[in-house]
Amino acid sequence: MVYLDNSATTKPWTEVLDTFYKAASSYYGNPSSLHHPGLEAETLMQKARESLASLLHTKPEELVYTSGGTESNNLAIKGIAMKHRDRGQHLVTSTVEHPSVKEAFLELESFGFDVTYVPVDARGRIDPEEVENAVREDTTLVSIIHVNNEIGTIQPIEEIGRRLARYPKLYFHTDHVQGAAHVPLDLSQSFVDLCTISGHKFHGLKGTGALYTKQGVYLSSLFHGGTQEQAARAGTENVPGIVAMSKALRMSREKQSDDKGRLSSLKEYLMERLQKIDGAIVNTPIYGSAPHIINVSFPEMKPEVLVQELTRHSIHVSTKSACSSKLQEPSAVIKAAGLGEKRAASAIRISFSFDTTQEEIDRLLAVLNSNVPEMQKVMGEKK
Amino acid sequence: MQKIYVDHAATTPVHPEAAEAVMDILQNNFGNPSSIHQHGRQARKQLDEAREKLASSIGAVPDEIILTSSGTEADNLAIVGYVHANKQKGNHIITTKVEHHAVLHTCEKLERDGFSVTYLPVDKDGRVNPEEVEASITDETTLITIMHGNNEVGTIQPVTAIAAIAHNYGIAFHTDAVQSYGLIDIDVKSIPVTMMTVSSHKINGPKGAALLYTEKGTKLTPSVTGGEQERKRRAGTENLPAVAGFAVAAVLAQKDMQNHYKLYGQLSEHFITSLTKNEVPFEVNGSNQNKLPHILNIFLPGIDVESSLVQLDMAGISASSGSACTAGSVEPSHVLQAMFHDDQRASSSIRFSFGLDNTFEDVEYIAKEIKRIMNR
Ligand SMILES: Cc1ncc(COP(=O)(O)O)c(C=O)c1O
Ligand SMILES: Cc1ncc(COP(=O)(O)O)c(C=O)c1O
Repeated sequence: MVYLDNSATTKPWTEVLDTFYKAASSYYGNPSSLHHPGLEAETLMQKARESLASLLHTKPEELVYTSGGTESNNLAIKGIAMKHRDRGQHLVTSTVEHPSVKEAFLELESFGFDVTYVPVDARGRIDPEEVENAVREDTTLVSIIHVNNEIGTIQPIEEIGRRLARYPKLYFHTDHVQGAAHVPLDLSQSFVDLCTISGHKFHGLKGTGALYTKQGVYLSSLFHGGTQEQAARAGTENVPGIVAMSKALRMSREKQSDDKGRLSSLKEYLMERLQKIDGAIVNTPIYGSAPHIINVSFPEMKPEVLVQELTRHSIHVSTKSACSSKLQEPSAVIKAAGLGEKRAASAIRISFSFDTTQEEIDRLLAVLNSNVPEMQKVMGEKK
Repeated sequence: MQKIYVDHAATTPVHPEAAEAVMDILQNNFGNPSSIHQHGRQARKQLDEAREKLASSIGAVPDEIILTSSGTEADNLAIVGYVHANKQKGNHIITTKVEHHAVLHTCEKLERDGFSVTYLPVDKDGRVNPEEVEASITDETTLITIMHGNNEVGTIQPVTAIAAIAHNYGIAFHTDAVQSYGLIDIDVKSIPVTMMTVSSHKINGPKGAALLYTEKGTKLTPSVTGGEQERKRRAGTENLPAVAGFAVAAVLAQKDMQNHYKLYGQLSEHFITSLTKNEVPFEVNGSNQNKLPHILNIFLPGIDVESSLVQLDMAGISASSGSACTAGSVEPSHVLQAMFHDDQRASSSIRFSFGLDNTFEDVEYIAKEIKRIMNR
């Protein structure tokens, strides 16, 4: 089995599962409870928070645990927009955001907010200057994705952050879900006020995530109730999941430093060979992209058919982001990069994990090389 | 030292079978249910099965179940989501003074956003009067949210009567059944509830999963937007392992409901008998007839709840002063306040809540320890 859909979700590592199991069976107390089981759970959670904070270069109290990337993005965007509504109703984002960001902005528009969508170039990249130019007197929030989940383009977050730092009245959020393991940001150096991560994208568990909220940044919460997470996020904390997330990020960082560019070379290797397949066009830019995401279009084919064919060979890739892959709509990201409707409607995404091997990539290439020409012919005839 | 956990209303240990279900999925099926390849499809199938089990445990159909990350989130989604989606019909909400903070603080937030909220009082048993519910309905009322069983004193509200009133007036009715589910059989088709909250970690399931039952046709504005999961009512990659564990816990809870109901009731009674035997002066906070069997809140005149809890803890007994999310604060319980209007009573009461593994010896031991503490 060759699993190459690690941008959709990753397999939890065994060590992470052990940590999870131990926490779930031995530390079942409610961390808000005052008795021993409660305090033990709280201590464990606090240790996990410190560990996560040291990996992200934040203070422990700057991390708000959530149920995942979607919730973190919603909390950051709606939370800042609503909290600072009296000061301004203008927001800035890009045209290549994940649906959890895009939909949050669409909802805010329906509440009367004014949103500027900064475009990208053919590599899917944003020009920091354009972000700065979009800023107005009444802008309260800028939210820009770090690593694009469909094509892997890395946005110049530090540079955008540095420019935005000149406007102390606005907040800068980045969706770091796809970058956290492979292109880590140092949050003490990134001029970012809010940052989203999601545990199941780096071999942690589903239902776990965090929002970095820089000290002194206040937001309206999505859920009201208890005073957990410094009242930013009510609800009993998922302690075992939280502990597992810290473990998973720590292991990711270790693997990343051991990897020494292996994945990047593997990506280049794959991209080169994909380009040689007749009828394939690689959408991921060779430079300025993450080492784990490769997006390629086969304009003469239906991408779902290719995904199914690969699945038959036990190779698992996807059409685009998982939460929208059911919809047979063309990729909004590829369209935004100006690469055309046809490419947008025929893209597949291949995404690696630290455990992906050269052998697996060769198997993928072998199946593509032997099947694509035939499939293209059949589909061409049907037209 | 003895280790006696009698704070099951705060959270519960995960049942080994539920833990097994969680681990099984974590190890064998990590797919994203929205992916179209084989891993995704298998995950989708398991998600559907879990949803089906959860739905049938309350007499609902799978499409009526929205999976969330916690009971708090489900309460918020029900209340905020409903009143926003139905704003054109009115802006008035009816609730009670004894709700969990997930409901109360949400209503307070809505007041700040321009909605008007009636917080109904309760009697000494902690019960709201259905007639008062009816009397407080106005042309503007769109939602009544009243909990099923109270988490601090265990009082069960007259939800059947309230649901009927709401139904007659065409008003939506949400009930927080976080504490009742698993001990009281609730069939959403025989009581006309519009929405209902259930949380996994209170029924020996894992943390990180909960559900909101939402009657077909109910309009809700989602609080978390993004992907198309949960029929667009709750975006975010589904937490399949936790949901699968939740479903196993739910099935077990259904299966053992009668036994648990009886056992916890007997533990409560035996506890009361033991306190009497030890000549401990006490009064029970809550209702005699309309009560959840696993929650016993007792007033121990003269004690200071904080220090008593510490002493109990040192004796290996984990209990609490009320809901866990308020346990950290020194404010007296809003539930006891609403019942007795008495600060003293509110700060001299302890909640014991029973669950798997508690025994008659446990409660005898607790009664003796209370006696010791009170004699100091
Ligand atoms: C860039 C990006 N942001 C946010 C999310 C949402 O995260 P989650 O699945 O944890 O809700 C994803 C994954 O789906 C993503 O790729
Ligand atoms: C009655 C009641 N409602 C809601 C909740 C909140 O549920 P959760 O802890 O899953 O957020 C609780 C528990 O804290 C509760 O007892």
